[in-house]
Amino acid sequence: MSAFKDARHLFRFAGLFVLAFLIFLVVRHYYVPKSFGQYGHYRGASIGEIAQLQVKFAGHQACEDCHTDVVAKKNTGKHAHVNCEACHGALASHANDPSAVKPVLPDTSVLCARCHTASAAKPKGFPQVDPAEHSQGLPCETCHNPHSPAMDAPAAAAGGAK
Amino acid sequence: MNISRRKMLILLPAAAVAWESVLAGTPEASPNYKMSDHWWGMLIDISKCIGCGNCVRACQTENDVPDGHFRTWVERYHVDDLHLENPTVISPDGGKEGFPAVAEDAEKYFFVPKMCNHCADSPCTQVCPVGATFISPDGVVLIDQKYCLGCAYCVQACPYGCRYVHPEKHVADKCTLCYHRITKGLTTACCEACPTGSRQLADLKNPNDPIHAFLKTHNVQVLKPQMATGAKAFYNDLDGSVR
Repeated sequence: MSAFKDARHLFRFAGLFVLAFLIFLVVRHYYVPKSFGQYGHYRGASIGEIAQLQVKFAGHQACEDCHTDVVAKKNTGKHAHVNCEACHGALASHANDPSAVKPVLPDTSVLCARCHTASAAKPKGFPQVDPAEHSQGLPCETCHNPHSPAMDAPAAAAGGAK
Repeated sequence: MNISRRKMLILLPAAAVAWESVLAGTPEASPNYKMSDHWWGMLIDISKCIGCGNCVRACQTENDVPDGHFRTWVERYHVDDLHLENPTVISPDGGKEGFPAVAEDAEKYFFVPKMCNHCADSPCTQVCPVGATFISPDGVVLIDQKYCLGCAYCVQACPYGCRYVHPEKHVADKCTLCYHRITKGLTTACCEACPTGSRQLADLKNPNDPIHAFLKTHNVQVLKPQMATGAKAFYNDLDGSVR
């Protein structure tokens, strides 16, 4: 051992280094999440956590399972491709428990105007009116059925507005 | 308690298996969803957008987006004759309550819905110092908000301005392409609420997705193509003035 007599301090230093490295490995084992690096340089489990968030818009399929009469009516008109929750709002709570949560009927004079108020910025083919002049303040459903808005002859005769 | 050696030998591996499942974390929400089968994008048809703001409101409801911040918003462009490089752009409260009406025979006006482009080579994920934001295997740019420090490097890095620091959580926040919906077979909240079909969720890995036919037959563009971000929000009928 005499050959290493003057190098003993180096061994002690090396021992310290190895010990520190082992401590680093142990700490790392406990602090780095298990799924880190599963798919890349991030915590793989976070994908599942984001996917588990609650849905608030039920999706039109959920509505159509029960409200078949409305779907049938809607499919006959121009609003066939407008999803239910585009007008009625997020209703997953209603779809999950129909008896407990009752949706509020939207106010057509506000709702319809949101899309159909005339503006030159809108695409030319889109049906637009000046609500004040078009209906003189009457709610839209006086003449139009929002689910199939084209007026049939008797309703047009009774409704009055152009 | 009296446990025999035989019992102990059976119990120990069982306990080890149970502990492993605890460490592994929560499983994915939808057992039938396979990430490797999808590559998500979005199709936005400007010629159909009426600027009603349904998408903005739906997004805020679905994702609890704080007031004054937006995961998606709508801009109204006004291009005066040949001044393509200096359009007038407005977006009052993100277009949430629509836009002021424009009188007839004015210049060129159109609406541009904006959102995270879910870039395949996104600058925002490259700058994150802690691996808190990433592109998922199915092509969605997500944020691990438990890991995020809130340093906002990514907010600066996004060329489209799609990120913000959440005022209460103090971490980065952005569009998740409604990841909690698309993994359950639903479309995004903005697509669900869009009355004109201006927005369409697109699965680029699904050969039967209508986007493939659409891309073949229309003049489609992405925003800031010169930045080579691999943006996956495809715009139909995009005017040259849009930045």
